[in-house]
Amino acid sequence: MEYPSKLIEEAVNQISKLPGIGKKTALRLVLHLIKERPESTTALSEALTNLRSQIRFCKHCFNISDHEVCSICTSHRRERSIVCVVEDTRDVMAIENTSQYTGLYHVLGGVISPVNGIGPADLTIEALIERLNTASSEIKEVILALSPTMEGDTTAFYINKRIKDLPVKVSTIARGVPVGGDLEYADEITLGRSITGRTLFN
Amino acid sequence: MHLKELKLTNFKNYQEVRLDFQSKINVLVGKNGSGKTNLLDAIHYLSLTRSAFCADNFVIRLGEQFFFVKGLFQTGKNLEEISCSLQSGSKKVFKEGVNEYGKLSDHVGKYPVVLIAPDDTELVKEGSEERRKFFDSIIAQLDRQYLEALIQYNYALKQRNSLLKIFAETNSFDAVALESYDQLLIKSGDVIFRKRKEFISEFIPVFQKYYSFIVADEVALLEYKTELDRTGLEAGLTSNRQRDLYLQRTNFGIHRDDFHFILGGGELKKLGSQGQQKSFIIALKLAQFEILKNHKGFKPILLLDDIFDKLDDARIAKLLDLIKRDELGQLFITDARPDRTRELLEHINVSATIFTVEKGQITKI
Repeated sequence: MEYPSKLIEEAVNQISKLPGIGKKTALRLVLHLIKERPESTTALSEALTNLRSQIRFCKHCFNISDHEVCSICTSHRRERSIVCVVEDTRDVMAIENTSQYTGLYHVLGGVISPVNGIGPADLTIEALIERLNTASSEIKEVILALSPTMEGDTTAFYINKRIKDLPVKVSTIARGVPVGGDLEYADEITLGRSITGRTLFN
Repeated sequence: MHLKELKLTNFKNYQEVRLDFQSKINVLVGKNGSGKTNLLDAIHYLSLTRSAFCADNFVIRLGEQFFFVKGLFQTGKNLEEISCSLQSGSKKVFKEGVNEYGKLSDHVGKYPVVLIAPDDTELVKEGSEERRKFFDSIIAQLDRQYLEALIQYNYALKQRNSLLKIFAETNSFDAVALESYDQLLIKSGDVIFRKRKEFISEFIPVFQKYYSFIVADEVALLEYKTELDRTGLEAGLTSNRQRDLYLQRTNFGIHRDDFHFILGGGELKKLGSQGQQKSFIIALKLAQFEILKNHKGFKPILLLDDIFDKLDDARIAKLLDLIKRDELGQLFITDARPDRTRELLEHINVSATIFTVEKGQITKI
């Protein structure tokens, strides 16, 4: 596409690098910014610069945080005996939204997938083991809350193997039929797993 | 089961074609390069969700952006419309009636076809991968669990090999990570091993029946060769670990299986004549046809590509014999010489619908 200005071209090129945004959407966003008051563009660029320079990862759980230790890890209301292992920050947000969990987290930063160049050493698994091993650790249970994909299952298998000799209980989230869903529409594998992993009624 | 109607848009050299077929013998005649085989390939595509000869981007007619194939299949009293469309750069859409398939693997096996192309001797000449693919595709059409195990095994194998490369590049080693993939390989590999063994023992007698029918007084053998016969998968992976680390790939498992084709005590690839290799392949395909028929309860569609040109008279006579005895179901036969086909079919006294194919145009005679 031919742009009337080199400045617009540069802005479009940068914005269209973002996931889910093509050249046309980028151009629409750029033209919108030009139409708005200059202050709003300054606010946007400051927000982005601050985001990148000030964002941190909690030194205990590796969740995204404003401080050295995140608000969940510092909270007095959270149970310190239980840790939920998740793939990334989006999973922390999803579980927080359920209001069913009051323990701590541990964010892996991905799942094991050597094909994509991600081995166990590229994740925060060693830090998790260290966390469980420290003398002051109160952790009694580790919940593996990973997606039921082949990558997720392999990662869960790996972590379990590494921590199963430590004095902590290792559990994994239940898998089965979604709430409000019809049995007949559940796929065979999911339904099969929910039969083998059935729970007592009360 | 048979194909009643076929519609093609921008499929290979066809711009727009609509055809009605009869439930027995359909013959496509035309010069070389006119597109006879492409029509067989369209039927193959509707059945197995892929071309028998090339990758998806070569299926779209030159210079076009999409292709569309639609077929009307009759099974008993049931009439079902299967369609497939592919826009270049997007995902393939496969439909039964108006409903799109979530997974293509759900469709494979519903409307089975068997393609016999006697000139296609890759199965004999190429490496073990071609033969594994041939048998895997038959077993997967009959057994969902086999297909799932195969997908899982291939996933674990790819990941494990990448892990071995990471170990070499970073000069590190993590036994637990390797075990994470080993357990997956063992679980799925054992299923594949067991089912291949089971299948081949069912397949061999059927195959031998057809081979000795085509070539009297010759005995053909088929053997499933696997390292798992001597050593279990778990033990094999453990004892090969050092070698795996050194070579950065997995040196034990069902991905190294082979199926040996043996004729008169020697290897077919080395000792068999051209004619013997063709007979062997035809017997393999006819056995595939019969096994699919036995499991599905109806006859698959048979696609015979250029057989009259590539086979000698004795072998043609045997195939015509099967047609005459009505042992085969719906047939699609291609031939470059219309007079020869007509003569051969008249000789065995069967009626056929003949189509002439000319540069992407087809007319019924």
